[in-house]
Amino acid sequence: MNAPGGLFIEALAVRAGDKELLKPFSLRVDRGEILGVIGPAGSGKSTLLRVLNRLVDLDDGLSVSGTVQLDGANILGPEVDVPSVRKRIGIVFSVQVPLPMSIYDNLAFGPRLAGVTDPGGLGTLMEESLRAAYLWDEVEDRLREPASNLSGGQQQRMCLARTLMLRPEVLLLDEPCSGLDPISTAKIEEALQGLKKRMAVILVTNNVKQASRVADKTAFLLMGELVECGPTQDLFTNPKHKRTEEYITGRFG
Amino acid sequence: MRTGGILSAEKAVEALIRLSAFSAILGLFLIFVFIGKEALPVLTSPEARKEAGLSKLFLPQEGPRPYSWQPVSEIPKYSILPLFMGTLKVTLVAILFAIPLALGAALFTSEFAPDWTKELLKPIIELLAGIPSVVLGFFALMVMASCVQDAFGIIYRLNAVNAGIALGLAVIPIVYTMADDALTAVPKSYREASIAMGASAWQTASKVVFPAALPGILAACVLGFGRAIGETMIVLMASGNAPVMTWALQKPVRSLSATVAAELGEVVVGSPHYHVLFLIGTLLFVFTFALNLFAHWFVRRLQRKILGAA
Amino acid sequence: MMGRFFIALSALCCAVIVAMTAFVLGDIAYFGWEKLTLSFLLAAPEQGMAAGGIFPAIFGTFFLVLIMTVAVIPLGVMTAVYLNEYAPKHSRLVQWVRLAIANLSGVPAIVFGLFGLGFFIDFVGKGMDAAFFGSRLVFGQPAILWAALTLALLTLPTVVVATEEALRAIPDSHREVAYSLGATRLQMVRRVVLPQAIGGILTGGILAVSRGAGEVAPILFTGAAYFLPYLPKKLNDQFMELGYHIYVMATQSPDVEATKPILYSTVFVLLALTFVLNFTAIWVRSRIRRRLRLAK
Repeated sequence: MNAPGGLFIEALAVRAGDKELLKPFSLRVDRGEILGVIGPAGSGKSTLLRVLNRLVDLDDGLSVSGTVQLDGANILGPEVDVPSVRKRIGIVFSVQVPLPMSIYDNLAFGPRLAGVTDPGGLGTLMEESLRAAYLWDEVEDRLREPASNLSGGQQQRMCLARTLMLRPEVLLLDEPCSGLDPISTAKIEEALQGLKKRMAVILVTNNVKQASRVADKTAFLLMGELVECGPTQDLFTNPKHKRTEEYITGRFG
Repeated sequence: MRTGGILSAEKAVEALIRLSAFSAILGLFLIFVFIGKEALPVLTSPEARKEAGLSKLFLPQEGPRPYSWQPVSEIPKYSILPLFMGTLKVTLVAILFAIPLALGAALFTSEFAPDWTKELLKPIIELLAGIPSVVLGFFALMVMASCVQDAFGIIYRLNAVNAGIALGLAVIPIVYTMADDALTAVPKSYREASIAMGASAWQTASKVVFPAALPGILAACVLGFGRAIGETMIVLMASGNAPVMTWALQKPVRSLSATVAAELGEVVVGSPHYHVLFLIGTLLFVFTFALNLFAHWFVRRLQRKILGAA
Repeated sequence: MMGRFFIALSALCCAVIVAMTAFVLGDIAYFGWEKLTLSFLLAAPEQGMAAGGIFPAIFGTFFLVLIMTVAVIPLGVMTAVYLNEYAPKHSRLVQWVRLAIANLSGVPAIVFGLFGLGFFIDFVGKGMDAAFFGSRLVFGQPAILWAALTLALLTLPTVVVATEEALRAIPDSHREVAYSLGATRLQMVRRVVLPQAIGGILTGGILAVSRGAGEVAPILFTGAAYFLPYLPKKLNDQFMELGYHIYVMATQSPDVEATKPILYSTVFVLLALTFVLNFTAIWVRSRIRRRLRLAK
């Protein structure tokens, strides 16, 4: 049974022609938990995220099979309104992408797409999202400045806040702290702890230690295959598969 | 919330965007159809054929002058060949003048000279490219004609040489810009390898860089040629407008495009003369179209061959 | 040794081009400056162009180019948006459209003039007259509207190419961010792509205007006139125009010496207009390129 606001993945597979990018697997993430996804580069972690918010539609020549249920409805169906799905499943990319506009306009971008223009409502939403992203104190009186004025870590937190403006039910993060300073990394990790209370979170990370710190559940992906998934503590202290243990202990990366 | 009204407006805009993609193709198609439509009577209408049929346009006629273009006279004569000849002569002069200059300059600025010379030359070429053809025609008519006359000892003030040189000025920027792009696109490693083997700057440029850039350079020449063939105002103003069938460059000439420009204003709509002018236009269109396609195809083939061999 | 000779030869080529350009521009500047006063620009012609000014020609040129811009910019931008944002990556149609645009820019100007006559005036114009005006001749004759639309087709490739260049410079990550926040493709284009492409669109528009103001062959039979007692106000009026004026004055003036000063000054004005436009476009383009380089 999936609690409202959770994702139920069943037999999901992705192929590019003959090549299998993701072998069929099933997974569940509920509201209130953070799922960490670890694995070496090229194992399909980013592909997984792109399927979940249907950005994979933009990539040529990929075919996706299986179902992903959000609130009981399959989001992969052809009749699904994709823009609405993307509003409920938000994503933060690994390289921060501030749009070339002010911080205010960046944050307001999502709601404006949905037709929300009332400045009072936007303002409240903005404060809420910026606080949740641990950025409010640093930008509360700088909202009209160009987003490019912020540092790398601040920009990434702004991108997180920008995604939160739509109040998604699921939050995907694709190696969000790569290239960030330790303080920004710590702030983002703290933010996730707060955010998981009201959404399901999937955190793809290259950093095994980060997964062990942050995630409640962890999945290990290797060459497109879901090798193992379970409560983080169990996975790290008592991995069921040899390859999992080898990756965690750093024998390959 | 986004309502149905907004959604259908969006669909309308997107449909408009998709339709506009066809505008270029539609434009070419319409040009061909509507010019060809007015040219067709030369082949189909009995009245037009009697006066200006294909045999009269292309074959020698009886009488003292077998190739004569005199549509406005007691016995109208419609031989297009003097016009072809005029276009050919002017284009030839233009090409012989423009291409060596443009290629030489492109070689100089991209291979031999320090970078600042290109920074200086590019704006000047842009200036030259920006001069409207009517201004070049004016200049050729008012100033250059006398210079050319003095320099070459020519009797006629307006002639093929005069128009050809002015036309060349219009062609130079086109050839220079494309040739420069082609030469600059040759990877630095080619030059470095050649120099490392002891070649001089000139040898590197002529034996390594120039051949590697050949597809682009040929495309540049073809484009320049196409521009010269179709250009109207310069030839109209500077060539003397005498449709004479001779190879002599120092005599006045009449080109195909100038003929259309000069005579369409006074022609009777629907007369054989009218239809022949449209026929000339159709020929010009078809020729430049074919030339463009050929250049496109030829350059692609050459590129594949050179890249394949590399 | 031969090498040095050829290098010198190529340098000579550069010098010849520079010299000839300087000669043309210098001659026009020198003789054209004489008559160039404010009254010249604002007055109407008198005494068969031996005196007076060229205001009607300036006005006509502006009006012509204005209509042309209104037609060509939306069409060119939409075409470029389709090619870059909507078309499937390797579709045959896209290749054909690109080929058509390249071909369109190679069509001789006089052919456009014939097209304006055969399509806009004789077909569309006469059709409009038959449908709306009975037996009256309203649009089925040379008119500024038809001349402008003919020029719009001629300058379409310029706008498309400049806009595409601007669109391609926008990183895909911006598009993905818009999509990931729930934008439809049109919303993404409107809110993220087009605002960033404005500079390129502006460049294309300015270059199109510069070209349109200078081409004479397409307007020879589609609406330009040498002497009109009125300024064009309606879309089916004829108009005076700078380039056409130069052509007629230079080739059909009964007294060449008398009109020579005005002729030179008219050429000066047209040239100055063209250059101001071209250099503005180049300046806009280089500012955009500089901003892109800084952002990277």
